[in-house]
Amino acid sequence: MIPPHGGKLVDRVLSGKERENALLKAKELFKIKINLELIRDIENIAKGVFSPLEGFLCKEDFNSVLNHMRLSNDLPWTIPIVFDVPMEIANKLKEGQEIALVNSKEEPVAILHLEEKYTYDKEEYARKVFQTTDVKHPGVAKIKAMNDVLLGGKIDLIKQTPSPFERYNLSPLETRVLFKEKGWKTIVGFQTRNTPHIGHEYVQKTALTFTDGIFVNPVIGKKKKGDFKDEVILKAYEELIKNYYLKERAVMSILQTEMRYAGPREAIFHAIVRKNFGCTHFIIGRDHAGVGNFYPPYAAQDIFSEFPDLGIVPLFFKSFFYCKKCNSVENEKTCPHPPSEHINFSGTKIRELIIKGETPPPELMRPEVAKIIMSYENPFVE
Amino acid sequence: MEEKEFKEVLIPTTLYKKIEEKIKGTEFSSVSSYVTKILREVLSKEDEKKEVFSKEDEEKVKERLKALGYID
Repeated sequence: MIPPHGGKLVDRVLSGKERENALLKAKELFKIKINLELIRDIENIAKGVFSPLEGFLCKEDFNSVLNHMRLSNDLPWTIPIVFDVPMEIANKLKEGQEIALVNSKEEPVAILHLEEKYTYDKEEYARKVFQTTDVKHPGVAKIKAMNDVLLGGKIDLIKQTPSPFERYNLSPLETRVLFKEKGWKTIVGFQTRNTPHIGHEYVQKTALTFTDGIFVNPVIGKKKKGDFKDEVILKAYEELIKNYYLKERAVMSILQTEMRYAGPREAIFHAIVRKNFGCTHFIIGRDHAGVGNFYPPYAAQDIFSEFPDLGIVPLFFKSFFYCKKCNSVENEKTCPHPPSEHINFSGTKIRELIIKGETPPPELMRPEVAKIIMSYENPFVE
Repeated sequence: MEEKEFKEVLIPTTLYKKIEEKIKGTEFSSVSSYVTKILREVLSKEDEKKEVFSKEDEEKVKERLKALGYID
């Protein structure tokens, strides 16, 4: 089986006596309240989704990720996983100290072993990761709103926060055992934050033709206004898989993390995460993890040439479309007819139809999938 | 921007020249960048056979996968 990124699946989930001791200790520690997005990052670190990270980035790694898209040990890593706090809180903390991270109910979620606290340049952070400092970019806007000090250090997870979609919440250890149990040697990962249209299905099935199984892995978490709600995405995929996939060839579980909309850098990050889940291949389509017109359409594919040591094979796809002349789903490498004969699987177009209350036609979307989406009064994030 | 540190490695001149020829008109700006890429590729293949979970882990996980309906 493919090794996790960095060679070892990180496990920093405390259990048994260790957990009991940590719970007792947490009562006496300095406490910092954290939000759900940060809790999910901590869970992803602790369960090995973000292997080899064992905590939040310290300064050397942070700078290395910004400047070289690699950790300081040269391992590919493109998105900073950081914990920001206001200066007045940072001033109360000493490096070497342990801190209890608590949820909105003041319950301890994790212990942070503070190794380093440091300031950073928000403009540089935004420019390097998102290739822009335009606040219209949601990632840039988020950085601008961040606190001024970053805390770095390993974490230990004390309490897991149940997901609203627990049935689909598998750790990398669990997906790896699942793939082994299914006898899959080659697994292609598919990242999504959308309900599936026919174009997605063709991409997935084309990749599946050359691999043993497909791992559909929707991103569940904070998204931008107008994106499909998490519940709608999962229900839509349930219908697609139930009706149009072989049970022994497709599995779905969720990735609980926010979308960063970092385009090419996020494509590498997404590939690393799927490698940790045990995927050997990863699908990269047009404008992967993009937003608006911030990235060239295939920048997220081009960036892979800089990472020969990623350890997962990217599968690049151009967009599929329906060709009226061919009377089938094609792509630009397979269809000789002009664009006037093509119907594009445009997410925007499908969205417009749904907003108008019109069911997307079967050339664009499977009727079962469309029915599920149309059953929601508002399937979009407000 | 923070610069990466580098160390020198010696390779035969004939090999150096061969690489120089090979990378003309490609994405590689220097022999060093080409060699770095090749070495990273080779080194990343070394860990591929390691198992990351024990038999005991596997049995525990299977129970949950059964309960969730992933396996029969």
